[in-house]
Amino acid sequence: MPYIPNTPADQEAMLQAIGVRSLEDLFAMVPPELRLQREPAVPPAMGELELTAHMTELAGRNVPAGQAVSFLGGGAYDHFIPAIVDFVAGRSEFYTAYTPYQPEASQGTLQATFEYQTLIAQLTGMDVSNASLYDGASAAAEAVLMAIHATKRSGRVVTAASVHPEYRQVLATYLANFETGLVTLPTSQGTIDPETLAAAVNDQTACVLVQHPNFFGCLEDVQELGEIAHRAGAMFVVAVDPISLGLLKRPGQYGADIVVAEGQSLGNAMAFGGPYLGILACREPFVRRMPGRLVGQTVDRRGKRCWVLTLQTREQHIRREKATSNICTNQGLLALRAAVYLAAMGPQGMRVVAELCLQKARYAMERLSAQPGLEPSFDRPVFKEFVVRATDGQLDRRLDAALRNGIFAGVPLARWYPELADCLLVAVTEKRTKAQIDRLVETVK
Amino acid sequence: MRHRQAAQLLFELSHPGRRAVQLPACDVPQRRLEELLPPGAAAEAPPPLPELTEPDLVRHFVNLSTQNMSADTHFYPLGSCTMKYNPKRNERLAGMPGFADLHPYQPEATLQGVLAVLYEVQEMLAEIAGLPAVSLQPAAGAHGEMTALLVAAAYFRDVGQQRTTVIIPDAAHGTNPASAAMARFTTLEVKTCGKGLVDVKDLAGKLDARTAVFMITNPNTLGLFDGQIATIARMVHDAGGLVYLDGANMNAILGIARPGDFGADMMHFNPHKTFSGPHGGGGPGAGPVAVRGDLAPYLPVPAVVKDPSGFRLDYDRPKSIGRVRSFFGNTGVLVRTYCYLRTLGPQGLRRVAENAVLNANYLLSRLKHFLVAPYGDRCTHEFVVSASRLKADRGVTAMDLVKRLLDYGFHAPTVYFPLIVREALMIEPTETESKATLDAFAQALFRITEEPPDLLHDAPHALRISRPDEVQAARKAVLAWKGNAER
Repeated sequence: MPYIPNTPADQEAMLQAIGVRSLEDLFAMVPPELRLQREPAVPPAMGELELTAHMTELAGRNVPAGQAVSFLGGGAYDHFIPAIVDFVAGRSEFYTAYTPYQPEASQGTLQATFEYQTLIAQLTGMDVSNASLYDGASAAAEAVLMAIHATKRSGRVVTAASVHPEYRQVLATYLANFETGLVTLPTSQGTIDPETLAAAVNDQTACVLVQHPNFFGCLEDVQELGEIAHRAGAMFVVAVDPISLGLLKRPGQYGADIVVAEGQSLGNAMAFGGPYLGILACREPFVRRMPGRLVGQTVDRRGKRCWVLTLQTREQHIRREKATSNICTNQGLLALRAAVYLAAMGPQGMRVVAELCLQKARYAMERLSAQPGLEPSFDRPVFKEFVVRATDGQLDRRLDAALRNGIFAGVPLARWYPELADCLLVAVTEKRTKAQIDRLVETVK
Repeated sequence: MRHRQAAQLLFELSHPGRRAVQLPACDVPQRRLEELLPPGAAAEAPPPLPELTEPDLVRHFVNLSTQNMSADTHFYPLGSCTMKYNPKRNERLAGMPGFADLHPYQPEATLQGVLAVLYEVQEMLAEIAGLPAVSLQPAAGAHGEMTALLVAAAYFRDVGQQRTTVIIPDAAHGTNPASAAMARFTTLEVKTCGKGLVDVKDLAGKLDARTAVFMITNPNTLGLFDGQIATIARMVHDAGGLVYLDGANMNAILGIARPGDFGADMMHFNPHKTFSGPHGGGGPGAGPVAVRGDLAPYLPVPAVVKDPSGFRLDYDRPKSIGRVRSFFGNTGVLVRTYCYLRTLGPQGLRRVAENAVLNANYLLSRLKHFLVAPYGDRCTHEFVVSASRLKADRGVTAMDLVKRLLDYGFHAPTVYFPLIVREALMIEPTETESKATLDAFAQALFRITEEPPDLLHDAPHALRISRPDEVQAARKAVLAWKGNAER
């Protein structure tokens, strides 16, 4: 049996030491009428050779990013991952350890997590980051819950159609059994109109949740939106693209109270949607309301600097039903990868990646919009993604043509936005070359 | 060997002008930033990240990794965490570009391989659970608990019943009441009796028309299989409630018994425990849930379905609670689950449970001679012993014992949980450990109980760090580096 060291001789010796005759005796606690009376109906066992052949065949039925040219975005992106990220995350001392409950035995994980927390604080311009949540969408939901508890306002939460539809769906699920009304502002011009926001926030509004750049790739007027939220006494929660922060103003500089993000872009594989990395950072006054693990610095009994899980009285294993969240296992290894990525990129690298995304997306948008039958949907500054509309109603034909040429041209918006049924969300990362963009334009003519 | 670079932080190793990654020059015609961004949108300077070269980073992180105990380096008997061996072939297979480099919004025709894997995982988990409907969406066990409780809330709302209470044993893992609170239920605690099982009389007194769900871990956190479960399930069902099984301890009953057969209506699995997914230093995990047929309509969307034309994602579930996360689920973790289950096969599942239970009972038979075993000689895949007598006689606590275990080269078991046992050590060896390792552990623990209390109060002695000041950590709350010089 794979991975099981006990031989029949071992088993015999152990049964004797325990004082029973057979393995069956060890299950006496399970009443016979509750026992499974047959073998589980799962496929027969495979050794490594067959399993490898089997998985290779299954992998061959997929088309990964390396075999196609991907312009897919919408919260997950084909970004460059330096080899050092896989290398560090492949150290099994990191990936086969668990939550660092015994600090003396876990300084590797604890120090790396403290470094991750610092890097995220530096990237976002916020005071404190936690050690991770599940993904950007659930992080946004947890941030909203933080705001509801911190402001003691449960009447209303205001968000917008320009926030990722799946983030808003998750938020609605998390709020399903609250009395809180979820208001979604329309964004027919591609961004939130500040006056519309001002009319929607009241003294029962816990927070305003915006995304910047938003789901359409457009830049929101975050400075003004934040001021409107604060004037009404509401908290300002911003969902960001971490890659954009190599170039754009950091949320800490424009008044965000809580920042959330999807960290997949920071050195993590696309992996058909997960595991991903929920980033959450906030200003100092809200630290004790944060969900998730926090690593803090201290000294040991000999005065040596070291790190420990801290402020654990927020968490479920101590506070149980009064905890700030139920989260236990988080996304530790993904946070490690993000830390390595950010440290490898450094300030210059992050700036260059962001500029490449900005310039290449702009180039793609201009070239596509110049094609007959295609136009940009929104007249707004964009970062890394943009929306084009097929004015001749021929979006599907274009997508099929691109696919036949080995190109994923973009994400059609019809499934979330009926009013944008002929529209396509196109993402251009630093990995896309001019030649690839030109070929995209040729194929979707 | 002193590893200086590990003890320093990245920010202390930073040197202006150093850089690890070089990217290609921009090959498209470039516009000026002022044309592309509104005034005030750009930051005045890049983020203040550290500047390091690749050799700097490698030395730093490799040395850091050596400061961890891990399942690959040490016996790691954390109770209810199931720190079993993580098969390397599964890492390699899940990491293949054909699985790793797939975008969640690709056309389904280009995803038939991964959809086939996820569909099979749905089927296999349904079979192991004994419950027909599965959602792979939740990202961790606690997330699965919350999802199932939201399903229960939606179900009761749909059938027009006002049920507001979730009943949870006092020995339960903290995520249980925390998840109930997130789903906006009130929680009620039921006592554990002297035998370590649910106090059925206490439960009877607490069940009423407001009861929505009774949450149980079985085997429980004491490592005991509660044989009353069929009776308990009947009582809960008679009161109109649902039974939720916390599947963290499934390693004890794989191929032996199925939650759906012994009365559970809903459950979650922890693939990063039971199904050999690596723990990652705190994730990623996954929390797939399985529910009985009439609760299926409320599960999150999408699920993978099989049509004559192939596999696709199905969103047609009008009564669904919606989404609990973006995209599909923790696919990378579930691909490893698939590899593991295909490796075990039907007989392998049972062998896992048999050997997990054998190893735990054997270790208990060794430890009971010098530590208090409050619940007798038999257990399932884990057990709880107590240092209460040591504390009374010699002032040695559970914490002292496990800190000294680190010096002997063993990761500590879980301590001070479950809350109902004083000076508790919760020990789960798993099936991937040998008798020799268990003997060495038992011998070490025995020797430790005979060592001078002062030696133990200050343990560990052999590691770089000993007894961090956790009070100061909480009081000062230094949660990010802000330019302090290295100590």
